[in-house]
Parts: sequence; C-alpha cells; structure tokens
Amino acid sequence: MAKKESSFLNMVLTLFMVTLIASAALGYLYELTKGPIAASKLAKLNSAITQVVPEFDTIPGSEIYKMGVEGDTLVFYPAMKDSVLVGTAVSTFTNNGFSGYINLMVGFLPDGTIHNISVLEHKETPGLGDKMQKKKSKWSIQFNGKNPAEFKLKVTKDRGDVDAITASTISSRAYCEAVDRAYKAYMEGGKK
Amino acid sequence: MNHWKNFNKGFFKENAVFVLFLGLCPTLGVTTSAINGLGMGLATTFVLVMSNLVVSVVKSQIPDKVRIPSFIVIIASFVTMVELLMQAYVPALFEQLGLFIPLIVVNCLVLGRAEAFASKNNVVTSVIDGFGMGFGFAMALTILGGVREILGSGTIFGFDLHMFPLDADGNPITMIVFVLAPGAFIALGYLIVLINKINNKSVK
Repeated sequence: MAKKESSFLNMVLTLFMVTLIASAALGYLYELTKGPIAASKLAKLNSAITQVVPEFDTIPGSEIYKMGVEGDTLVFYPAMKDSVLVGTAVSTFTNNGFSGYINLMVGFLPDGTIHNISVLEHKETPGLGDKMQKKKSKWSIQFNGKNPAEFKLKVTKDRGDVDAITASTISSRAYCEAVDRAYKAYMEGGKK
Repeated sequence: MNHWKNFNKGFFKENAVFVLFLGLCPTLGVTTSAINGLGMGLATTFVLVMSNLVVSVVKSQIPDKVRIPSFIVIIASFVTMVELLMQAYVPALFEQLGLFIPLIVVNCLVLGRAEAFASKNNVVTSVIDGFGMGFGFAMALTILGGVREILGSGTIFGFDLHMFPLDADGNPITMIVFVLAPGAFIALGYLIVLINKINNKSVK
C-alpha cells in the first residue's frame, strides 16, 4: 500500500482517528479497571487498620470522620468491639521526610496509648529511611504500647525518647512528627 | 534477516541498555531490586510489542508529517493501559515503580523502535523485534537490579542470602551505596564492560 500523502485534510483526519480510537480504548479500560482499583485500595486501607488497632468486629472504614490540620486532613477510623470503642486508627502524614511526603496509619487505644503503626506511603531511601517499615526492620516496634503523654515523640538527638534509625535521623524525625500530629489531633478532638 | 536473529539481537548485540544506551532514566531509577527491574522490563516489553504491532499495521495510513504525534499517541495509550492494569491487579508492584510507569511514554527505546523499525517492517518482524528488544531490556534491568539488590540489601528477589554480618539490632550491614543513585551508575558501568567483552569475543 502506498503511503498517504501529507495533505492538510489527510493529516487532520489521521490525527483525529488516532486520538479518537485511543481515547475510546482508554475510556473502556478505565471503566473496566475502576472496580478492581478501588477494591485494592480499600483492601490496603482495611489491612492497615486491622494491623494497628486491637481486635474489633465492625467493618473497617465503614465509619470515618475527618479533621483538618495545617492545610491537610487527618482521617480517623474508629474500631468497636461489642459497641465499645477499642481503638482508633488515624491516617496521618508529614511533608518533612528525607524525600518529602510520608503517610502513616497510627492506631491509638482510647486512652491515647499507641497500639501499633503502619507505613502507608513513603519515598525514603531504600536501605536507610525505609527501615521505618515493619518488614524491613524492627525499629518502629519501640512505639508500640507507649503513651505519648510520657513518651516524648522526638528522637534522642532532640531530647526525645525515640532512638533514631542509624544514619536516617531526618526520616526518624519526620516519622515522629507524623505520629505526634496524629496524637495531638486525637487528644484534642479526634476522640469520640 | 531471519526471525531468530531478529529476536536475539535485543539481548546482546543491540541490547537497549548495555549497547544502545537507550532508556537509561528508568534503568537507573527503578533497579533498586531485581523484582522492580523485572516488573519495569515486562511493562516496557508489553508497551513495545503492542506499539510495534499497531504502528506496523497502520503505517501506510499515516501521512509522514504527522507520524511522530500519531506514534506518541499510540504509545501513550498503551502506557496508560499498563498503568491502569497494574494499579488494578498488581498494586504492590505499581507502588514500587510508581512514577516510572507513566515515564515509559518518553522512553526513547519505545519511540525509537516504532520509528526506526516498525514503521519500515511488516507486522510479524515488528512484533518479534518488540519481544526481542523488550526481553533484552527486561533482562538488563533484572541483572542490574539483581546486582544492586545483592550488594545493597543482601537479598535476591526478596530472599535473604545471609551474606553480610549483622549489626547490634540484627540488621545486615550492607553496601548501601548500591541501592542509592551512585550505585546504579557504578553497577551499570561494570555490567557494560562485561557485555562489551562478551560482544567483542563473539565478533572475533
């Protein structure tokens, strides 16, 4: 087949057809994957909530409330067992990580004690700052069972009680900041 | 050119990473572990094969002056498809590769093959070329990721090799530089030396 001539009409028609077919195909695939994408996001959120609060019998994420802090919002996921509040998972963040944004899920017992923490999203350096994840190192276990009222959420370098990750003071500081933000919001009005 | 030669040129003789030096941005960026390299390589292979296929089918219908924008639209559509599919079915891997998936659009390798190969050859050879170059790219990324993972984290595909001494907290003391950006360049440099040596030998 001979190559089409580069006339104005040909070019316009070709580009129109190419973009039309491409957008139709993408629109179809978007509709197709919308469900699974939402489901996998929800599954991730649920598993994070389940990890950080004590055993509960409500559907995770079924009841949420939000609170605005410093230009962003913290999301609270209360967990009940036999209609009694057993803990609250708080999705918190910081922008001061070594590579910016870090998103944590912190689980508090009703009295403000930290039950467990899970990292939802981070961009910290592999091998250094990413030790904040439980699967990479045991570092974050030191927060479990501590009440920030007497456990100062700052690294030892800043006169706090948290041992920083070796060679990752900035990541550790950011982690503490995010947990501290969740704790303060929880104590100030996040408790319900 | 016979099909087998056409297929295997992508592995050594015209390997995108080691010989042609195409697509180095994702190569250096994502290869912190073998599985990341493999995932990125296979995602790129999919885009490469599909775009080669479509470009070689429609090549006679596209006027010369608008061929580059048309190819880019075709490639970008397949990249977006990969992105959606990965997000839906392999969210963990998608999270790791994150930003680099949309960047496949601007990977010179993909447009380069569409422009230099698929727009001049028939469908079968173009698809074979796509597979060859894609798997060669995936192989390069997996090897580079493997080297960096072994030296930088002491693991391969996530399995602990127990090859580094442990520190007081029970974490292995590894050569962290290999997981960081400079390590990518160091490892890539040595791998290129190795591939050049192999290629030179096969010429003689």
